[in-house]
Amino acid sequence: MPKTKFAVIVFPGSNCDHDAYHAAKHVLGQDAEFIWHKESDLKGADVVVLPGGFSYGDYLRTGAIAQFSPVMKAVSAFAAAGGPVLGICNGFQVLCEAKLLPGALIRNRDLKFHCEHVYVRVEQTDTPFTLRASRGQVLRLPIAHGEGNYVADPETLEQLESSGRIVFRYCDASGQTSEAANPNGSVHAIAGLCSEQRNIVGLMPHPERACESALGSEDGLVLFDSVVASLASRGALAG
Amino acid sequence: MKARVFVTLKPSVFDPQGRTISEALHSMGYNGIGDVRQGKYFELEIDAASADKARELASDVANKVLANPVIESYRIEID
Repeated sequence: MPKTKFAVIVFPGSNCDHDAYHAAKHVLGQDAEFIWHKESDLKGADVVVLPGGFSYGDYLRTGAIAQFSPVMKAVSAFAAAGGPVLGICNGFQVLCEAKLLPGALIRNRDLKFHCEHVYVRVEQTDTPFTLRASRGQVLRLPIAHGEGNYVADPETLEQLESSGRIVFRYCDASGQTSEAANPNGSVHAIAGLCSEQRNIVGLMPHPERACESALGSEDGLVLFDSVVASLASRGALAG
Repeated sequence: MKARVFVTLKPSVFDPQGRTISEALHSMGYNGIGDVRQGKYFELEIDAASADKARELASDVANKVLANPVIESYRIEID
């Protein structure tokens, strides 16, 4: 079976690019390649990962400058053609700034940078990154962000809820959402969501840092396993 | 010409930094101060034929770059 090729986009200030590369290449045994933000093509990638970090030092707003990097044109075209795109943490912020996902991420409710493991509940399993998960499954994943407080206007929220586009919600170990289990104040406890076509998924937690037991959790593997399975089932691999 | 662009969070968006500043002021005894909203301020040097053209250009970049219209609004002054 041909391997799935992951493109990991590298912006100046990305710092989880190697984690994503390691998860794809060494843990999953798939192909992976770094793509510098000044590149204009994705070199035949089957899936694109926008990694975590502090692209452009978070200048102006998180993810604001990275949206204008040359590679983002290729990422937009890839996404428009239905290609799976995963934005993790700063990658999620970039996707929102680029309008590939709705809403925005602002300063955490308590103004603190949260670096800890949290629980998220899988709400939807019809995205390429969650099809191997089960609905209601609770994942234990690390977070590391100061601006993860998801906001959107009431109409957008209503649309996201009614079309089932909220993919992950912060919860406690038993899967219950609550104020206490919400680390940053996100509306509707939103930890991650998907695009209308469902192929673009963004989330604040770091699944790529939870793919090996040595790291304290393997719960993040399901996102990567899912996208590999999704591409294999559509016979969409470039080969 | 110079354009001054003031970017602030929309009233509907919670501003945790503004809230913290306001609480700090109250704890210092400045009880006459109510809500505080924090924003950003930009000065743009603009080469344009008229104030209207300068405003148009400043609005364009404010919309596309300086502000995120999802959460922020902006105000422009030209001189």
